[in-house]
Amino acid sequence: MLWPKRLLRVALKGLIKNRMRSLLTTLGVIIGVASVIVMVGIGAGAQADIETQISSLGTNMLMAFPGASRHGGVSRGAGSYNKMTLDDAEAIRERAEYISAVSGVVRSGAQVIGGTGDWSTGVMGVSPEYLEIRAWGLEEGKFFDERDIRSRAKVAVVGATIVDELFPNEDPIGQKIRINKTPFRIVGVLEEKGASGFGRDEDDTILVPVTTGLYRLSGGKYINMIFVSARSLEDSEAAEEELREILRQEHRLNPGEEDDFRIHSQAEFIEMATETQEVMTLLLGAVAAVSLIVGGIGIMNIMLVSVTERTREIGIRLAVGARSSDILVQFLTESVVLSLLGGTIGVLLAYILTTVLNDAVGMTTIIQPGVVAIAFGFAAAIGVFFGYYPARKAAMLNPIDALRYE
Amino acid sequence: MMERVIETRKVTKHYLMGDLCVKALRGVDLTVNRGEFVAIMGASGSGKSTLLNVIGCLDRPTSGQYLLDGVDTSGFSRDQYAEVRNQRIGFVFQTFNLLPRTTALDNVELPLFYDRTGKFNDPRAAAVESLERVGLGDRMHHDPSELSGGQRQRVAMARALVNNPSIILADEPTGNLDSRTSVDVLSVFQELNEQGITVLLVTHETDIAQYAKRIVVMRDGLIVSDRQVWDRRSAAQDLEAMPSHDEMVELVAEGE
Ligand SMILES: Nc1ncnc2c1ncn2[C@@H]1O[C@H](COP(=O)(O)OP(=O)(O)OP(=O)(O)O)[C@@H](O)[C@H]1O
Ligand SMILES: [Mg+2]
Repeated sequence: MLWPKRLLRVALKGLIKNRMRSLLTTLGVIIGVASVIVMVGIGAGAQADIETQISSLGTNMLMAFPGASRHGGVSRGAGSYNKMTLDDAEAIRERAEYISAVSGVVRSGAQVIGGTGDWSTGVMGVSPEYLEIRAWGLEEGKFFDERDIRSRAKVAVVGATIVDELFPNEDPIGQKIRINKTPFRIVGVLEEKGASGFGRDEDDTILVPVTTGLYRLSGGKYINMIFVSARSLEDSEAAEEELREILRQEHRLNPGEEDDFRIHSQAEFIEMATETQEVMTLLLGAVAAVSLIVGGIGIMNIMLVSVTERTREIGIRLAVGARSSDILVQFLTESVVLSLLGGTIGVLLAYILTTVLNDAVGMTTIIQPGVVAIAFGFAAAIGVFFGYYPARKAAMLNPIDALRYE
Repeated sequence: MMERVIETRKVTKHYLMGDLCVKALRGVDLTVNRGEFVAIMGASGSGKSTLLNVIGCLDRPTSGQYLLDGVDTSGFSRDQYAEVRNQRIGFVFQTFNLLPRTTALDNVELPLFYDRTGKFNDPRAAAVESLERVGLGDRMHHDPSELSGGQRQRVAMARALVNNPSIILADEPTGNLDSRTSVDVLSVFQELNEQGITVLLVTHETDIAQYAKRIVVMRDGLIVSDRQVWDRRSAAQDLEAMPSHDEMVELVAEGE
């Protein structure tokens, strides 16, 4: 072996002499590595986004809606069996063990007048526990309590959009608004939730006590759904069973009779979203793999194209007394230096791109260390292999054959 | 007592080209003593380059023995071959074979880079000295692309010389040069030969062969003639007698 210092010097000299080739090779590695890291980072970011969105739906939430889930089935005569009432919600509150919070929900569209103008939005009648079920917070003021429920108080808690629309320059707390002509007092403002991934503005809402909503704003008999929280994620299934049992008893359904309501769980949503996300991740992964391979082919091409010239160079070196091992070490060093350089720049570029995407574009991109390692390793391996392999072939030739090579 | 530097015994070299077997050498016996200056001549395709490559340890014979300084090289490993090329032989090619985009000085230094004996304390100085020896001291920092054919051949010769080899092999070193430059290059070979270096030179030109001490003629992979040169010429003297380029221009002008 020659002095490593000398070999490193000759390798670096070689790289500088073949600037264009060096540059193009590194470029291949850079693009390959950076695109894979960013691509998979976008996939992972989207996944994380959806997970936060789903968990922002509430805590271990279950929802019961009236109406049979099955399209066919025996049609029922009595309409009331297909409906839900506040009594159903009360029964759950009293009897359920695995359920920590219950809220009947009444929904109605409403024309709201107050402050600077009017606005049409959705009004939800809910119980005080609703906030806990949805894992929402209050920006200011207070939420209504049991007393307000009992007294059917005309108080409202509004979302940020309502504040923006009606009271852009004032403190909304204590202000009067009219919902479908009925006067209400604003007692609280909900924490802003920002753009939701489900295309709905979650801040464009008004919450009122469920009794107020039921008796003063809508028909006065049936509620639209019941929201509950299971005590914990592990209790979700037990809570769902319990919810079903209580509702069946309340609706006096015989064994064998179908449910006249549907239950959806947060877990179910997570499952659905995860499935979608898996498809997307797969897609992004495939694109990433393609770009890595394209980058690899780029590296390969450049390395192979330069072989003719390099083969003559190898012939000359052999002719003046280089050993095969000298040549191999030189070329291996060149390839490793190029690949490491390209890989490092690629990773840096990926970090820069990710930062730009996250901060300037507002996307969520997550760099995954495993992917960084794989991309770096793959690109470097290709660089080293295609830099080294042709050189190895040439170094094993007779000097005269290497010199003659075209 | 004459010292045998090069001795080939029934050396053959066959090239397999598909089904065809080209017999480039058919059993060459050649002995060269230290200090000789041999010109190898012969028609194109007669095996001159092939023989020189075998002697230069750039290629291995198909059969036969090649003794270098009395030692049989058949059993040598690749690395030993490399060592021989590096330490004992200087090779000058017809096509120069210089590294492109590399200065004359770096090209000349290249063999020293692979020198494992450590006998060169200052490779750079040795390369400079070698370039000065062939009269190119003023062109050291030029790339081959910035040099004329004759200058390139001198760089190649400086590279062949830099390791102080005992043998110089040159395959048509004047093939790409005009006659005046050829004589000029030959004067360098003759000077080296005076200093005790054994020179083997392949050439097509009878004029050039006259500067050698011995002429070997090949045909169809065999040596067909081997004789001493009695009326050997001195390249240095011929060069003086030759009109310079400036004088040539004047002669042409007078003729008009
Ligand atoms: N690598 C090779 N593969 C196949 N055949 C070869 C190879 N090298 C030489 N030959 C053949 O061997 C024979 C001798 O070739 P060589 O190069 O030794 O001739 P030469 O005397 O140097 O000719 P020239 O004066 O044209 O240089 C030729 O017929 C040539 O075609
Ligand atoms: Mg030849």
